Amino acid sequence: MRLEGSRIVGQPGEPVPALLNPPRLADRDAAVIRFDNVSKTYPKQTRPALRDVSFEIEKGEFVFLVGSSGSGKSTFLKLILREERASQGAVHVLGKDLARLSNWKVPQLRRQLGNVFQDFRLLPNKTVSENVAFALEVIGKPRATIRKVVPEVLDLVGLGGKEDRMPGELSGGEQQRVAIARAFVNRPMLLIADEPTGNLDPQTSVGIMKLLDRINRTGTTVVMATHDQQIVDQMRKRVIELEKGRLVRDQSRGVYGYQH
Amino acid sequence: MRAQFVLSEISVGLRRNLTMTFAVIVSVALSLALAGGSLLVREQVNTMKDYWYDKVQVSIFLCNKDDQDTVKTCQKGAATDQQKKEIEADLKKLPVVDQIYFETSEQAYKRYKEQFKDSLIAGIVKPDQLQDSFRVKLKNPTKYKVVASAFQGRPGVMAVQDQRALLENLFNLLNGMNRVAYVLMGLMLVVALLLIVNTVRVSAFSRRRETGIMRLVGASGYYIQMPFIMEAAIAGLTGAGLACGLLVSGKYFLVDKWLSKKVLLINFIGWDQVVTVLPLVLVVGVLMPAIAAFFTLRKYLKV
Repeated sequence: MRLEGSRIVGQPGEPVPALLNPPRLADRDAAVIRFDNVSKTYPKQTRPALRDVSFEIEKGEFVFLVGSSGSGKSTFLKLILREERASQGAVHVLGKDLARLSNWKVPQLRRQLGNVFQDFRLLPNKTVSENVAFALEVIGKPRATIRKVVPEVLDLVGLGGKEDRMPGELSGGEQQRVAIARAFVNRPMLLIADEPTGNLDPQTSVGIMKLLDRINRTGTTVVMATHDQQIVDQMRKRVIELEKGRLVRDQSRGVYGYQH
Repeated sequence: MRAQFVLSEISVGLRRNLTMTFAVIVSVALSLALAGGSLLVREQVNTMKDYWYDKVQVSIFLCNKDDQDTVKTCQKGAATDQQKKEIEADLKKLPVVDQIYFETSEQAYKRYKEQFKDSLIAGIVKPDQLQDSFRVKLKNPTKYKVVASAFQGRPGVMAVQDQRALLENLFNLLNGMNRVAYVLMGLMLVVALLLIVNTVRVSAFSRRRETGIMRLVGASGYYIQMPFIMEAAIAGLTGAGLACGLLVSGKYFLVDKWLSKKVLLINFIGWDQVVTVLPLVLVVGVLMPAIAAFFTLRKYLKV
């Protein structure tokens, strides 16, 4: 494990010290995600899942979110998706204060976010292109648009020619590409990937990471939660580390962390 | 909203839940047929009341010479002219009385023969066996007791009879049947509602993968819930259609083809009354499952 360029700041239980990277305050409205002293305690639980987390992610960034199980990664992603609300502090996503966002406006927010999961979450009884088209159909896009953009995005993710396959006939990596195509077909501002390589072998994972990197270069902000040390170390992107609900590291061009 | 997409979702949902959908259709059909049926029975009772109460009178039968031994108030023999005049004068004083007719035993005999001309008993009765009577029409037929209490037991009066009391038994029977129908309808409605709630719940559960994805890609709550609500409404509409079929065939076969031929004295409800009930059945059949589905989804389908 290489340690150069990486300095762990703060230990669990200690107050969070000043970050290695100075907060990007140049243009606060450019932040795609901004957490201001966010804490989240679930009902009937005493220990908060997130405590006093603050950071910003700007447009076009690629950010890894690392931390062991139970460190608060899932809560973090749920807050961004507005599946949960913060107990304290403010969460801003794409310039909107999620605490003030009324329930019926949440779908509008989610249309600007793409989601990719470890378990792909494809519909097994629909073909590849139907799976991608489904995401557009249910937000009421016209059929002409769907016919045009679905093949485009399938080409982009490298699935050209496999439009009519069923998800069960595809490899894990290909299934994840379908899921990424579905997440990206609407050209979201922000792509959230929750351990997208968690079920894939290292070689396939590299392909998926290249794809996510390509998507990132189109200007889409990517936030990826992962346990995959190798990937984080290779990509050298910004790393945010959570531990027991606290933000313990926020580092540009970081690595996965010390060997645990 | 893309109609084709919603329609395909609905047909998938209905097929997947075929047995439950069938149960919903049958229970909605039965409960609505009972509801419509009891509305029609009420209509029938009202029609009959309107028809009969108009014709019904209170009869004050006067003593006849044969009643001397059998009826206490007739111990002095047939009612005298003096008694008749007093009774008529007293009747005129009563505010509830509308009209008074005096029917002699001869007239009663003629009417009797007319009514039972096909019957054997017509030959047995003789004019002097029948009583003279006052036929009193009341302003409000329910005020019979005023007349009864004024004349019952008066010398020369054999009996006071409210013809309405005879009909009342029939109406009570019909109202009782109606009440039973209401209770059954209530039970069936509860069954139908529980089935709808359960069907929607199973349907939402079996499609949680789809709805989860819809939620994540930003489909509106309206879009996610609509297929489920439409499914329930379609099942309800089918059930309501069956209920309408049952009501129409009940009216045609039971009332028109059978009852109206057997029972001649009653005028039965017409098609206009049946036709006014049908839209009500259809509207309830669609709205009840749709509303039940809506509230079920609020609980089981987080948006």
